[in-house]
Amino acid sequence: MTAVLPKVDRGREQEPRPRPPRRYRWTRLDTKVSPYLFVAPFFVLFGAIGLFPLLYTAYVSLFDWEVGADDPAFIGLDNYRTLFEDDQFWNALFNTFSIFLLSSAPQIVVAVLIAALLNENLRARTGWRMGVLLPYVASLVALTIIFGNLFGPQYGLVNDVLTALGFGPVDWQASTFGSHVAIASMVNWRWTGYNALIVLAAMQAIPREVHEAALVDGAGPLRRFFSITLPMLKPTLIFVIVTSTIGGLQIFTEPKLFEPSGGSGGGAEHQYQTVVLYLYQSAFQGLDLGYASSIAWVLFLIVIAVAGLNFWITRRAVK
Amino acid sequence: MRQRWVSVLICAAVSAAATTACGSGGASQTQDGKTELTIATFNEFGYEELFKEYEAAHPDIKITQRKTGQGQPHHQNLFTKLGAGSGLADIEGVEEGYLSQVMSKSGQFNDLKEIGPQIEGDRWLKWKTEAITTKDGKLIGYGTDIGPLAMCYRKDLFQQAGLPSDPEGVKALFATWDSYFAAGDQFIAKVPGVAWFDSAAQVFNAMHNQHEVGYYDKSDKLVVDTNPAIKADWTAVTAAVAKGQSARLAAFSNEWNTGFKLGKFATKTCPSWMLGVVETQAGPENKGKWAVTDAFPNGGGNWGGSYLTVPKQSKNAKKAAELAAWLTAPEQQIKAFKAKGTFPSQVKALDAPELLEQTNAYFGDVKAGALFATQAKKVKAAQYKGPADGQIQETVFSPALQSVEQGKNADEAWKTAVEGAQKAAK
Repeated sequence: MTAVLPKVDRGREQEPRPRPPRRYRWTRLDTKVSPYLFVAPFFVLFGAIGLFPLLYTAYVSLFDWEVGADDPAFIGLDNYRTLFEDDQFWNALFNTFSIFLLSSAPQIVVAVLIAALLNENLRARTGWRMGVLLPYVASLVALTIIFGNLFGPQYGLVNDVLTALGFGPVDWQASTFGSHVAIASMVNWRWTGYNALIVLAAMQAIPREVHEAALVDGAGPLRRFFSITLPMLKPTLIFVIVTSTIGGLQIFTEPKLFEPSGGSGGGAEHQYQTVVLYLYQSAFQGLDLGYASSIAWVLFLIVIAVAGLNFWITRRAVK
Repeated sequence: MRQRWVSVLICAAVSAAATTACGSGGASQTQDGKTELTIATFNEFGYEELFKEYEAAHPDIKITQRKTGQGQPHHQNLFTKLGAGSGLADIEGVEEGYLSQVMSKSGQFNDLKEIGPQIEGDRWLKWKTEAITTKDGKLIGYGTDIGPLAMCYRKDLFQQAGLPSDPEGVKALFATWDSYFAAGDQFIAKVPGVAWFDSAAQVFNAMHNQHEVGYYDKSDKLVVDTNPAIKADWTAVTAAVAKGQSARLAAFSNEWNTGFKLGKFATKTCPSWMLGVVETQAGPENKGKWAVTDAFPNGGGNWGGSYLTVPKQSKNAKKAAELAAWLTAPEQQIKAFKAKGTFPSQVKALDAPELLEQTNAYFGDVKAGALFATQAKKVKAAQYKGPADGQIQETVFSPALQSVEQGKNADEAWKTAVEGAQKAAK
């Protein structure tokens, strides 16, 4: 037997699902499609001016492609082979890393210290905070030209001061290490304050209760800095370190304008030629687009690898 | 409502398409049916007034000038668009320093002997025309201006060193490179703290350009390591550097400018346009101290100057060539000289009274026009320039000489230079 369930009267008659009125259909389409439409401009633009050049560069790097050549010859991976045997490239890579280390490492340490100072109760706090950002506001080119003058080997102010202090003058153009210090100082001058402000913002987001609890437990300022502030800054530090890695490995303007005669060689013996500068020289002085493209791709991979490595290290080191 | 919007959109699209169509179909035709000629120049060619004059005489022509401030971006644009196959002006200016690159792509320029009007063969100085004639005899550019070399020197410092200092007396010092470097030895012994010349590369380039064969031989073979003349120049210049004759200042750098102000070197290889540079950099406080003489070691030389070319991309090549030929005629080039001081490359213009009477107050009212006209005639022949010639000079030899000035061993630097040249020529 089957029990027949009585039909429950729900108070209204069964009727076929109504066709939604026209204007609702539009609304449904709207809610489905328009989010994509709203984000589309970014992806269309990114495809046109981000992704396409990236892929096209990879394509060009497989050719012996001189600017103005009628039909470039396909040479497979030959550009890469030449590149890995090219002393000038390895030299440029060394310079890039050397300048990167000389700039990023002290820069982040100093930025955290400045942020810690700015986090204290200072008079005219906003003034100080804006003050550290000033170098970032100044034009990069103007800054580089001024630093180039300061570090002039013969008539530069830095050498005058060094001589007055009893040290011998340094030939900032001829010495490899000297030129790297000069360029790193430009980078540090510009970016330390900017990074300090980012770190400061993160510091202020650290809840006071944690500090107060530690204080009650008898932790001194140093202990609190290392056991509370630094670990809680981790996400911000990762961001700062990854962006400065990307920027540092792509450094171009500073070494380009540091060359007194305006060339792209990065010094008479490429003492401070960075990878991007070598790329620029290959493309626009050597007019060898294929080779320059292969440099660009190798650099791209290196940047990704180093940024990933830094990400990993920062995550482990600052617990 | 919606339909109205659609029709508006369609109208806009159609009219946009129509305008583009007008634009592209008549790229060389203005709306009133004139032929539009574009001419791309850099720095100052001094042609602005001449364009008006030409348009007045040719009512069917409209001239549009694309002017770039500096030579480098202009040429970068030139080479990029040669590669792209479109986008160049009907007439493109080309500077002497980029000539080797242009000549290696000579197939993309019109032979002006073929499409241009008849021009008497001796309009230009012979070496000027030679430099832009291809190996198979095609002329791909008309000469505009030149930069004949003379010697600039500091009168006061010469007196201090006990050297002759009047323009006639110094000529013996500047007779050959040997006498030049010998005088340098004398000078630095007497005047401490002041060098003989500004930069080794500046002297070396002038020496090197005087040889018939330079970095390349006429079959485009790189001869850097086998050409004894280059090695001899190298040895002479680096020896002078070792003795302290060089102020070790990279040309056109800030420190070079300071060197002019402080009077840190006594001589300067001086193309005609350099007088203005010296005046600006040395400044009014050094007025009357600099002089120039119509002598240059081992004869003459040239640094700078330009050409007008007509790329094959041009749709109005014939009319463009006519305009270029007219602009580079002596009568017009003298007007450009008066407007902007570009030193003419035309034989007749070098005898024009306007040029011969020109004086330079900063250099003690010297008759600069006549002086450089004399120097221009001393240039013997144009050195054959191979495909990577300009690059070898700029990115290989100049830095190598700079490294010697920074203390590198001259033999090692020579090796680096030869290897660098071979790499650049690849």
